[in-house]
Amino acid sequence: MKKHWYHYLWLWSLFYFGMGFFNILFAWLGLISFALPLIMAIGYGNKLFCNRYCDRGQTLRALGQLGLSRRRDMPGWMKSKAFRYGFMVFFFAMFGSVVYTTWLVYSGIESLQQMVSLLWTFHFPWEWAYSGAVSPWAAQFAFGLYSLMLTSEVIALGTMLLFRPRSWCVYCPMGTLTQLICQHKMRQG
Amino acid sequence: MMKKLSPRHAVIPAAECVACGTCVDVCPREAISIYRGSYAQIHEEICVGCGKCARECPASIIRVEARR
Repeated sequence: MKKHWYHYLWLWSLFYFGMGFFNILFAWLGLISFALPLIMAIGYGNKLFCNRYCDRGQTLRALGQLGLSRRRDMPGWMKSKAFRYGFMVFFFAMFGSVVYTTWLVYSGIESLQQMVSLLWTFHFPWEWAYSGAVSPWAAQFAFGLYSLMLTSEVIALGTMLLFRPRSWCVYCPMGTLTQLICQHKMRQG
Repeated sequence: MMKKLSPRHAVIPAAECVACGTCVDVCPREAISIYRGSYAQIHEEICVGCGKCARECPASIIRVEARR
C-alpha cells in the first residue's frame, strides 16, 4: 500500500493525549476532531475526514498493521443501526453533559473538578495538569473533553484488539453523524 | 477493444456500508471510492477481486464473488 502523509496522523493522537497529560488546556484541540468532519460533511458532502484525516482511524490502522488486532468479525448487534444511532445519541448526550458542567462552573454554581473520568466511572485526580492560567470554566471544559476523548480512545482500542483494526469506525458517533448528513445531502441532490 | 474483466469481483452492499474508507485505503488497484460520503462503490472495470478490502472491512460486509 502506498504511504501518504495522512497515514502518520496517529502522531497527532500521541501528541494530543501526551500533552493533555501535562497541560489539560491542550484538550481544547479535541474540538478540531468535532469541527473538521462536520465542516467536510456539511460543506462538501463527503466523509474525507473519516476516510483519510482521522487521527484515531490512522492510529487503529497502524496498530492493526503491527499485528495487535485479533481480526475477528464484530458481533452483528454492534453493526446494527439501532446500536450505532443509540451510541451516537449517548455520546452526544455525554458531550452535552460536559458543556452543562462547564456552564455550572462558569456560573459559580459548581467548583472546578480537576479530574479525568474514564468510561464515565473511574475518576483520576489530574490536578498537576492545570496551573490556574485560565478561567476555571475553560479548564473544566478541557477536563471534560479530555475525559470524553480518552474514554472513546480506550473503547476504540478495545474493539481494535478484539475485532478488526478499524472496528471503532463502524459505530464512531462522528462517523455515524457525518454519514447521516451526507446521505441527507445526497437525497436532496 | 474491450478490456477483459477478472473472473471475480468485490461486492459492497451500500445499505450496510458505514463509509469509513478502510477499503479505499487498502485497495491496491484504487478500484474503490466513497460515493458522496454515503457508501463505498466498486469500479467494476478495475476490480480484480483480490479480496483485500473484504479482509479489512471493519463491518465485514464486503464479499468477493464470481462475476455474472
